[in-house]
Amino acid sequence: MKKFFSLVFILTVALSAGLVAAQDETVTLTIESWRNDDLAIWNEVIIPAFEAQHPNINVEFQPAAPTEYNAALNAKLEGGTAGDLITCRPFDLSLQLFQQGYLADLTDLPGMENFSDVAKSAWITDDGSSVFCVPMASVIHGFIYNQDIFNELGLEEPETEAEFLSILQTIQDAGYVPLAMGTVDQWEAATMGYQNIGPNYWKGEEGRLGLIEGTAKYNEGGFLEAFEALARWRPYLPPGYQAISYPDSQNMFTLGQAAIFPAGSWEISVFRPLVDFEMGAFKPPLPEGADTCYISDHTDIAMGMNAATEHPEEARAFLEWMTTAEFAQLYSNALPGFFSLSNHEITVDDPLAQEFLSWRSECESTIRSSYQILSRGEPNNENDLWAMSAQLLNGEVTPQEAADTVQAGLEAWYEPQQRNS
Amino acid sequence: MATTLNPTHVSTTRVARRFQLSRLWQLAAAHLALLLYTALALFPIFLVVVNSFKNRRAIFAMPYALPTAETWDPVGYQTVFNNANFGLYFANSLIVTIGALVLILLAGTMASYALAEYRFPGNTLLGLYLALGIMVPIRLGTVGILRLVVALGLADTLWALILVYTASGLPLAIFIMTQFMRQVPRELKDAARVDGASEYRIYWMTLPLVRPALGTVAVFNMIPIWNDLWFPLILAPSENVKTVTLGAQVFLGQFVNDWNAVLASLTLAIIPVVVLYILFSRQLIRGLTAGAVK
Amino acid sequence: MQRSGTTRRKPFPIHIIVFLAPAVIIYTAFMIFPLLDSLRLSLYAPGESGEYVFVGLNNYQRLLTEPLWAPRFFGALKNNLVFFAIHMLVQNPIGLFLASLLSSQFIKGRAIYRTLIFTPTVLSVVLVGFIWRLILNPLWGISGDILGLFGIENQPWLGLETTALPVLSLVSVWQYVGIPMMLFLAALISIPDELIEAARVDGATAWHVFWKIKFPLILPTVGIVAVLTFVGNFNAFDLIYTTQRATAGPNFATDILGTFFYRTFFGIQLQPGNPTMGATIAGMMLLIILAGVLLYLFTFQRRLLKMDIQL
Repeated sequence: MKKFFSLVFILTVALSAGLVAAQDETVTLTIESWRNDDLAIWNEVIIPAFEAQHPNINVEFQPAAPTEYNAALNAKLEGGTAGDLITCRPFDLSLQLFQQGYLADLTDLPGMENFSDVAKSAWITDDGSSVFCVPMASVIHGFIYNQDIFNELGLEEPETEAEFLSILQTIQDAGYVPLAMGTVDQWEAATMGYQNIGPNYWKGEEGRLGLIEGTAKYNEGGFLEAFEALARWRPYLPPGYQAISYPDSQNMFTLGQAAIFPAGSWEISVFRPLVDFEMGAFKPPLPEGADTCYISDHTDIAMGMNAATEHPEEARAFLEWMTTAEFAQLYSNALPGFFSLSNHEITVDDPLAQEFLSWRSECESTIRSSYQILSRGEPNNENDLWAMSAQLLNGEVTPQEAADTVQAGLEAWYEPQQRNS
Repeated sequence: MATTLNPTHVSTTRVARRFQLSRLWQLAAAHLALLLYTALALFPIFLVVVNSFKNRRAIFAMPYALPTAETWDPVGYQTVFNNANFGLYFANSLIVTIGALVLILLAGTMASYALAEYRFPGNTLLGLYLALGIMVPIRLGTVGILRLVVALGLADTLWALILVYTASGLPLAIFIMTQFMRQVPRELKDAARVDGASEYRIYWMTLPLVRPALGTVAVFNMIPIWNDLWFPLILAPSENVKTVTLGAQVFLGQFVNDWNAVLASLTLAIIPVVVLYILFSRQLIRGLTAGAVK
Repeated sequence: MQRSGTTRRKPFPIHIIVFLAPAVIIYTAFMIFPLLDSLRLSLYAPGESGEYVFVGLNNYQRLLTEPLWAPRFFGALKNNLVFFAIHMLVQNPIGLFLASLLSSQFIKGRAIYRTLIFTPTVLSVVLVGFIWRLILNPLWGISGDILGLFGIENQPWLGLETTALPVLSLVSVWQYVGIPMMLFLAALISIPDELIEAARVDGATAWHVFWKIKFPLILPTVGIVAVLTFVGNFNAFDLIYTTQRATAGPNFATDILGTFFYRTFFGIQLQPGNPTMGATIAGMMLLIILAGVLLYLFTFQRRLLKMDIQL
């Protein structure tokens, strides 16, 4: 039993040795983020570029898993141990943090003029008076395909939904999986499915703002049609898709087993090192008779400052640097598929990323329907969309039932929608 | 045990032979059942370890095959070692786990000795109070725990983790150990008291007698402490105090679609725990058998 | 004897306090206090300007009656009961069976079997969830190959409402069967040989010896295993979270109280956390688990104590 005490002693010594941390002149800033995929890029590209100009500032990128990020960040903010710089989710989650006083006001940050109102819209108070995060990037939805399979089967990029469905049938007949997507993680069905093709049906901003004002409903018009269009994907999903997760679909596509990946542009940097075939991309196919295309160009990620940071000057210096053309250029090229939201002229080298970016000039842009205002109440609109899109593809509900459920959830608490019912 | 073939019941050698034959069958059946279950227990682990050494295409094409010259590919391990400081993470996990175990065993045996040995007002209530902790999800108290840790100046230290795990391990430890403490024969302790031993001395004497409980509690607590993800993430996320499980998690997120790296980091996460378990399991088994004094 | 009697009659002798103090202090500071502090929130609700207002038991009433909460709560409770039932009916009998085999002195290599069978128990739930997600994955096809041997058609097991919860329960059984096995084993090998010999001499079969002699003697362990299973299952969270995420799909088919609590308290994706309703769910979990433990303490254990006295 003496071992007990010698162990305790050894531990005490070891721990107190660890506690005596070296203190010197340099200030260390910690970045909270959910982008653990980007750890290497921050450590090897972005942070060294900043530190070269600010030798007295040392930046550490400290990512958590995306599923744990919100919970962990909130706990650390409440406990007072959160990092100096905080990666901002779009809209209400960050707005709430600002209102609770955890995020600092950045309205007067030099360089903020480099962002358009649309870019800032996801990180601004409802009355437009305060901006609290520096917009970093948006992501664009579309479809990434395996060029080799398309060549082998003599397929062209589809323009319309009818062409899209006929291509899916051809691919299936040839023995490939047409669409690499599963429903077990739920969010893919909503994000890569419903929100990907939806804007073409609900006419982008017109439909989205209609929901917010209470003039449009999920269970009629474009929003219902989008559910119907999504339901038509069912026969073309992989066998056992009910249990296929997001990483599974990624593997299925990169191993060449599936022809088309319903995507967000962020996949480009994920797929690049894994594929040994050419990739192409096409935008969401148009419904019958439509002539204007709409894309989801979603404001996705930004950076804010912990209001309680001990180094506000250094943190602001970092944020200011994030508004520069240098950062925009570095970030957009280190992570092809995350498109800078700044007004700087930047060149993106990746051809696939260029393809996605080119749709901005061809089509009308919008963001995902549930992100602004509509996910403030309970039941949560975004979660309802996840659940119902997955249920729909699983064949458990009809498009009408899915749409009715989502609409009922919104009407349960959202006043502009109640007025109209 | 062979003497069970009592002549008064088994009168002829033929019956005895039949009895031995059926005994043989029983033995074979028992071994078969155990072998099957062992295979079931190890098969998934085997799959992960074997495939971690193969290239990506072989993982999918031939999941059961051992790696061959063509399919051998340790790229997963290279990725893992190039990207994370696993040696340091491992040391942190070891300090936290052993530190918390020592505290749990020490404080837990003391408390359960008092609960089992002395009759004092509020004994039952205190026992129930000490069990309350396992009845609510501990994540509920996250913010409160973090505030306390910050107030004590322990944020981002291994001490924060050790204290939280000690607190969360104590209820089950006390629950199990009190049961065992009650079974220690009273005569032994009373004899020691007659000899003038102090109560502390008697407590110390009883510890070897409840070794099975110590082993059991150590193993049961070691697993969740080593494997916990939540409190390292909240209380000690810095690079120099990161535990191996948190390190591996960052990893899994980063390379979730890189199955080589995933399988390699899974293998690396499995091996230390299994080694640690085998080290402790000797103690556990010895404790179990020593406790069963006949 | 008299000495010890007087020692015990003293009101709170100093050594009792010394024995109890470390555990009580650490436990109270790092568990009870933070937990109660958060549990308190279940009696509050956010008011007009976001500050917490005392609302008594209103949150509990909402949880049990409002259409927004009640179906989720009772759904999670029902799933949790299924989860518990599968552990009681599969995990504990298998554990007992393996322990009875391993307690036989005729089986060679007992120590090896014991060590190997316990191995999954020491793995992290994150790893176990990940491994099984790979194995059950239609893409990798392992489960299809193996089930094919038995003529069972492969299914997207984790993606169907009917199969997801039973399959995940069995994965949990796979991982934790070592715990009842070890506890039963410890109890079985402490049964005096003489008792069993005596029965054998009387011509009892192995089956008879087990059920008539060994089983009644390990009844206290059966009780402990049952109550540990109950507490563990109603507090379970990690396995479902690792495999199905906090959405506990498909269509909440795998939602248990732990995931329901986590989703509500910390939020998920765009849904912000709701600390007051989250604390209310935790409060209900406390009541349920406390009720189970009290039931055990005041019926099962009390009856056993009486039996001890009769023996």
